[in-house]
Amino acid sequence: MKKWTPYFLLIPTFIIIVLFIYMPAGVSLQTSLYKVLPFGRGMNYIGLKNFLKLFSNPDYLYSVRFTILYVTTTVGVTILSSFLIALLMVKKIPGVRFFRTLIFAPYAISPAIAGALWTFLLNPVVGHVSYFFQATLGIQVEWLTSKPYAFYAIIFASVWKILPFDMVFYIASIQNVPEEILESAMIEGASSMNRTWKIIFPMVSPITFYLVIMNIVATMFSSFAIIDVMTKGGPGQYTTNMIYRLYLDGFYFQKAGVASAQSVILVTIMIAVTMVYFKLGERHVHYQ
Amino acid sequence: MKISTKKRTDIIVSEIVLIVVSFIFVLPLILAFTMSLQPPQAVFSFPPKILPVGIHLQNYVDAFKTVPFGRLFLNSTIVAIMITAGKLITGTLAGYAFANFKFFGKSFTFSFLFATLFLPAELIMIVPLFSLMAKFGWVNTYWALTIPFMASATNTFLLRQHFLMIPKELEDSARIDGAGPMAYFLKILLPLSKSMIGGVSIINFIYAWNFYLWPLIITMEDKMKTVQVGVKMLIDAEGASNWGVIMAGTVSAVIPTLIVFFILQPLFVKSLTRSGIKG
Repeated sequence: MKKWTPYFLLIPTFIIIVLFIYMPAGVSLQTSLYKVLPFGRGMNYIGLKNFLKLFSNPDYLYSVRFTILYVTTTVGVTILSSFLIALLMVKKIPGVRFFRTLIFAPYAISPAIAGALWTFLLNPVVGHVSYFFQATLGIQVEWLTSKPYAFYAIIFASVWKILPFDMVFYIASIQNVPEEILESAMIEGASSMNRTWKIIFPMVSPITFYLVIMNIVATMFSSFAIIDVMTKGGPGQYTTNMIYRLYLDGFYFQKAGVASAQSVILVTIMIAVTMVYFKLGERHVHYQ
Repeated sequence: MKISTKKRTDIIVSEIVLIVVSFIFVLPLILAFTMSLQPPQAVFSFPPKILPVGIHLQNYVDAFKTVPFGRLFLNSTIVAIMITAGKLITGTLAGYAFANFKFFGKSFTFSFLFATLFLPAELIMIVPLFSLMAKFGWVNTYWALTIPFMASATNTFLLRQHFLMIPKELEDSARIDGAGPMAYFLKILLPLSKSMIGGVSIINFIYAWNFYLWPLIITMEDKMKTVQVGVKMLIDAEGASNWGVIMAGTVSAVIPTLIVFFILQPLFVKSLTRSGIKG
């Protein structure tokens, strides 16, 4: 009886992941090789044609290019600024706990709400951020409906939403950097610039790698709500990233085969990113 | 002397930067709150107001009239509680299996669970999970909104990690006292993990409360949608012009998570960072 206990314990989890994750994933993989006729009129095997069609579809290729631009910008800005803010947050400054709580607030806010808030702030008539840009830089634009401002608008909302998460991790790991290392560097006369980039930043690199992966996933997938609320992928299809394209094809236009092929491509990218992460991690990351 | 002056400047500069940065981060919330209390004639004041001029609660009434927010709140609450509870049950059981037992197939089952991290929920939802729910006849139901999300790898790993830190001697002495594995689990392991369970629950609650894509596609009727989708419905209904009402709805949607978050923050920051740093 006791021998079976662990298997019983795993049953609930495994029923759910098999039924609601692996089975649908398998169906997707299979469907990606078929042309699915609308209204349940069956499906025809067409091999890799869905994939080939995607690679010659300019709309799809655009969404890939946009995703790369959006992900690299968002992740780059977020990682760098959260690290810099965290450096200040570990100092013994009056009220630092209070500041941490304030900056952390957007973590609890959903991407959809973040989108709604920034839609409001960037509204050319009533929005404060829009007013700020008008007053200081003289920029008066329709943020959500013109190029390239719609892109910036999404970046603002995304960074605002993701940064708090990164900051918390950076604070925790900067605090883990041994005091003696910093002190000995100080005695040897390392400038604070050097201490930051040559000692602290390499010391927290495992966390940076972890955060980069988490942020890539967040900007590739959870960004759906931000884009749907703020721009609906527009103007035109200017801010349509890969997940939004998938939603349009799979849900809106009901092209199950093509959508499944897109899912397969996205999973492949996920796996590739993670493998790069582990490979680079082994080689370059300094473990404490 | 020179060092201490330098140190003091450093602290003052850092303080100022932090005040500015944290102000920027909460500003959207403050401004949304201000806007939600603004009477229609003040909405278009120029330059826009930072603090409310009066208290105009009509916006909240209007928001709840335009979109059935009362019902949507109920839905979001049910969904978030069911997912949180479900994940707690599946996660503690599986975490216990992985932390305290040696069994045939352990590393295989563990990798099998781990691999789900490569299959983001959004990808599963859009086509295949939707058709599966249609086959089950679950479209437009709480079942579809909750059951598929009642187990996850991260959730299990966090709990497993915590169970691993609880001294093995406790398990041994419980066994000597004649307690079976389930008695140890229920009477010793779970009570000792209260703070971790609390932290994980908050993370899961916020995650479920913030669901957007799934309720958007799996619910057809307004009465089955959630608060997140409600905000979008409100923006569409108000034609992105009646900002007082839109922000009233948005602020209402944010309040539950912010309350949970501010009250229980210390607890959950600890659980959150543990997932990345020690895991």
